[in-house]
Amino acid sequence: MDWGSVLIDGILATIGPLTAAYAISAIGLNLQFGYAGLLNFGHVAFMLVGAYGAAITVDLGGPLWLGVIVGILVAALLGLLLGLPTLRLRADYLAITTIAAAEVIRLLVRSSWAQPITNSVFGIQGFADSFFDLNPFPASQLYGIGSLVVTGRKLWVMLVGWALVVLMTLLIRRLIKSPWGRVLKAIREDEDATIALGKNVFAYKLQALMIGGAIAGIAGILLAIEQQNVTPDAYLPKITFILYVIVILGGAGTILGPVVGAVVFQFLFFTIDALMVNAQANIGWVGDLLTPAAAGQVKLVLVGVGMMVLMIFRPQGILGNKEEALIDER
Amino acid sequence: MMPLASFATGESIGGTLIQRLGDEKLPVEGVIITVSQDGNEIGSGDSGADGKWEIPVPGAGIYQVSLDTSTLPEGVALTDPDKEALSDVKVRDGQSKKVIFPLGEGVVSTVSMYQRVGALFIAGLKLGAIIALSAVGLSLVFGVTGLVNFAHAEMVTLGAIAAYFFHASALGPRWPLVIAIVPAVLVGAGFGWIQERSLWRPLRNRHTGLVAMMVVSIGLSFALRNLFLIIFGGEPRAYPDFAGQPPIEILGISMVPKQLLTIAISLIVLAGVGIFLQKSRAGTAMRAVSDDADLAESSGINVNRIILITWTLAGGLAALGGTFFGLNEAVQWDMGFKLLLLIFAAVVLGGLGTAYGAMVGGFIVGVAVEMSTLIFPNELKTAVGLALLIVILLAKPQGLLGTKERIG
Repeated sequence: MDWGSVLIDGILATIGPLTAAYAISAIGLNLQFGYAGLLNFGHVAFMLVGAYGAAITVDLGGPLWLGVIVGILVAALLGLLLGLPTLRLRADYLAITTIAAAEVIRLLVRSSWAQPITNSVFGIQGFADSFFDLNPFPASQLYGIGSLVVTGRKLWVMLVGWALVVLMTLLIRRLIKSPWGRVLKAIREDEDATIALGKNVFAYKLQALMIGGAIAGIAGILLAIEQQNVTPDAYLPKITFILYVIVILGGAGTILGPVVGAVVFQFLFFTIDALMVNAQANIGWVGDLLTPAAAGQVKLVLVGVGMMVLMIFRPQGILGNKEEALIDER
Repeated sequence: MMPLASFATGESIGGTLIQRLGDEKLPVEGVIITVSQDGNEIGSGDSGADGKWEIPVPGAGIYQVSLDTSTLPEGVALTDPDKEALSDVKVRDGQSKKVIFPLGEGVVSTVSMYQRVGALFIAGLKLGAIIALSAVGLSLVFGVTGLVNFAHAEMVTLGAIAAYFFHASALGPRWPLVIAIVPAVLVGAGFGWIQERSLWRPLRNRHTGLVAMMVVSIGLSFALRNLFLIIFGGEPRAYPDFAGQPPIEILGISMVPKQLLTIAISLIVLAGVGIFLQKSRAGTAMRAVSDDADLAESSGINVNRIILITWTLAGGLAALGGTFFGLNEAVQWDMGFKLLLLIFAAVVLGGLGTAYGAMVGGFIVGVAVEMSTLIFPNELKTAVGLALLIVILLAKPQGLLGTKERIG
């Protein structure tokens, strides 16, 4: 076993753009689920519409900056459309409806009907050239210390991604410390009492869903730009589940929770990945037992088990405090 | 991380295009097939006079293979229009991956509207029967515990896989499918029992909230689904018995006998569940616990025992539904999850927590989904079922048979 390379692979993946995108998306989910108590199980749909909003705009001849704005607006709009009919429903109904809505959107995007706009299953590629034109680092040059190196292209995406993480965290901090945020937390703690105080609970929830959705849209755009590719089947419900694990792991309803959750989750996920790949190559019987495909699935089994164990034994996650853990009562 | 192999190692994707007309097999020539990866075209080729085609790919990995239907000769069409593009074709190191595009008779307009509607209606009833069988258990469990159990999907898959094991696995006893269904249902029921005893009852005793339990069930579902993927593999597999059953014609409508069998057995079982709920002591107690668990407890009903019976029943019914699903389509690791959203639609349509509502809802959703292909493209039929769910929640959130209470 080469422990050094296992660790390097794990760290490289953890600081990469994917983690930043997950962190941003989790920040959005945390606003909805952690602060407003909305059980949105269709979160991946916000990332999808954000990414497609940007990609289609560029595809139709618009500039990328316009695409980014369109993507964010469409994601917020989805929050409005999804929220209007569903936010009056109980938590379990909301969960069912949102997961269904997310699948409907994905199926629509990949259908032959949508082919002229979305190019159905094949998706849209190569729409982010103007983003990489701005890259101040030579794209193929290597940066880093020792064997911990990334290309200039990746460094550029990473810098932008993590800057966005900081920006979104500051935005949420600002929101939550404002009167608006206090009402949101009040709704989560006792909805009836908040109604009795004359607050329009529905409007607050809707705003939380839309803002959280727009933030997830940003995450979707970031990922799409990094990969220069959007395909509908990248937005499966499993992404939503992973984001829930991240939010709960870090601490739902805490400002830094989603970021800590994303970093810890990605580090564990990719270190285990590197460990298994290494074990397959170096330990005979592991290689016989575990094909590379099965190794990927073992990780996902662990994600599921991790979600159960966390929820049962430490629902407040790493940063949360037990009294504020929201999901004890419906 | 995989080293980039060159073309020299010989990975390729290929196959033979054969049109099946009854028992006859005819090679299909000159059809263009394209291989791409992450949206970038890798290569394309056309089938030869023997129907064979092969496209080299740069290395192991996941590819998308699509068939250009416009190049199909007159009178030849895909038997499943959904399969025009295969999105994740896995190629291993050095493998010449074989891909099948099943071709049949082209849909020439010999089928009348009456025949088409009739066939879709039967297919809808069949799907509805499967949904109803699976949905009743979910609804009953919700009734007695208040839990929306996402892992119900995996009970469906487990039933189908267990039946496959007893029926067709090299390690299993290779019983005929009609016999293999029995142990499969027992495995499902046993799994329901174990779940309640080892997970849900301890959680209730810890006073875990319902939302937290729902999140736990999502984690369980996710873990089990990927476990099935490891054990069973990603390929869909059909039960050898009844595979490729020739259709028969009743009143001019073409249908496959196994569809009728599925519908008939499901109706009998569902009627049995209804009688059980109305007449038996346990069934009556189940309805009492559903109504008001505290009141039921204080009138001497052993609530935990009733909940255990409910879980066992739910597991068995889901397993039966899963076996029928596998019989009519194919057994696959994520079949239950694909069905789950339609099960939700059925349960919400009928009214969450009502057993009869789930049955009625199941048939309505099944028929609606299949009939929708008259208007919408085939790949959107699941979306239609889910859209139905959203519409129902808007118009009548308590469902067709649910009592009007505040659910918001």
